[in-house]
Amino acid sequence: MTGLRYVYAVCRPFGAALQTQLTGVVGAPPKLLHHRGLVAVVSAVPERDFAEEPLRAHLEDLEWLTVTARAHHGVIDALMTVTTPLPLRLATVFRDDSGVRMMLEAREGDFRRTLDRLQGRVEWGVKVYLESAPGETPGGTAESEPTAGKAVSGRDYLRQRSMRAREQEDRWRKAEEFATRLHETLAAHADESRLHTPQDSALSGTSGRNVLNAAYLVSRAESEEFVEIVDRTKDDAPGMRVELTGPWAAYSFAGEKP
Amino acid sequence: MTSPSRLPEPYGHDGGANLADILERVLDKGVVIAGDIRINLLDIELLTVKLRLIVASVDKAKEMGIDWWEDDPALSSRARRSELARENAELRERLAELETGRPQEEAS
Repeated sequence: MTGLRYVYAVCRPFGAALQTQLTGVVGAPPKLLHHRGLVAVVSAVPERDFAEEPLRAHLEDLEWLTVTARAHHGVIDALMTVTTPLPLRLATVFRDDSGVRMMLEAREGDFRRTLDRLQGRVEWGVKVYLESAPGETPGGTAESEPTAGKAVSGRDYLRQRSMRAREQEDRWRKAEEFATRLHETLAAHADESRLHTPQDSALSGTSGRNVLNAAYLVSRAESEEFVEIVDRTKDDAPGMRVELTGPWAAYSFAGEKP
Repeated sequence: MTSPSRLPEPYGHDGGANLADILERVLDKGVVIAGDIRINLLDIELLTVKLRLIVASVDKAKEMGIDWWEDDPALSSRARRSELARENAELRERLAELETGRPQEEAS
């Protein structure tokens, strides 16, 4: 194959075949590059899109980024059905196969250690949302005043405002307590856990305020139990929404242990 | 070879996987390896990408309490670097002015 080499993941050799119709970024089929007992999953990408300058420009293009991110994830997801992949960050590109081999050699120790740590494990994502209270704008602050009917006095207005502020504070505190408790429970049932920055609702397009955004590394064998635990907590907290995603390849655990 | 055991059915990310979840993982997580094509995702693009995804202006984002990129060491260190570069340039300029100015002062 000609062109540059886009690397998706590093794995240990695996026996099963990849889905034949699987395509990676720019529609090219991913290939396996074996070197010293490790496998890099790569596909050819054109220079005109993946050389430094065009790549830089593309990354500013949200549509291109979306398509590429989905394609990258698609390959990782497919690998997950046949092995335990170590996902690389988006747009890891080499000139040729020998560049990829050199990288495998240089990072061999890290790769082996991390692959051992992740072996047979998957990532589950758990997010907790504080649902918007009645009369609250999705942005988070209570703005809509009960203006219907008579005008309220300045004193009443201020009293209502401070009451709402207290209610809001109370809801936040409860949400935080719930999220902390849930995280402790789940972390105890996982091999490792990571707390991510909460997502903004404008970014994720979901309702409510994200108060917990966590990832848990769980063995495949124990995943069913983990999912059941998350399911059980869903009814525990009124006004709160627990969302489970996965199984993901261990993206959040691909780095060294913190 | 590994033989994955049966997993529970996928939750929340079959087909129409939440784009935010995917971007979060492929851009922010995963092993960082310096390839031959040197693009540091954290250096410039990610900031603009993130900002574009949330709201049009940084001030609006801050108003809404969205300031998490400030916690991102790579992003804030970049901010620090450019600040340093600016200061550096200013100091050099000032130094040049002083150096060209000094002989005259000494002579007078």
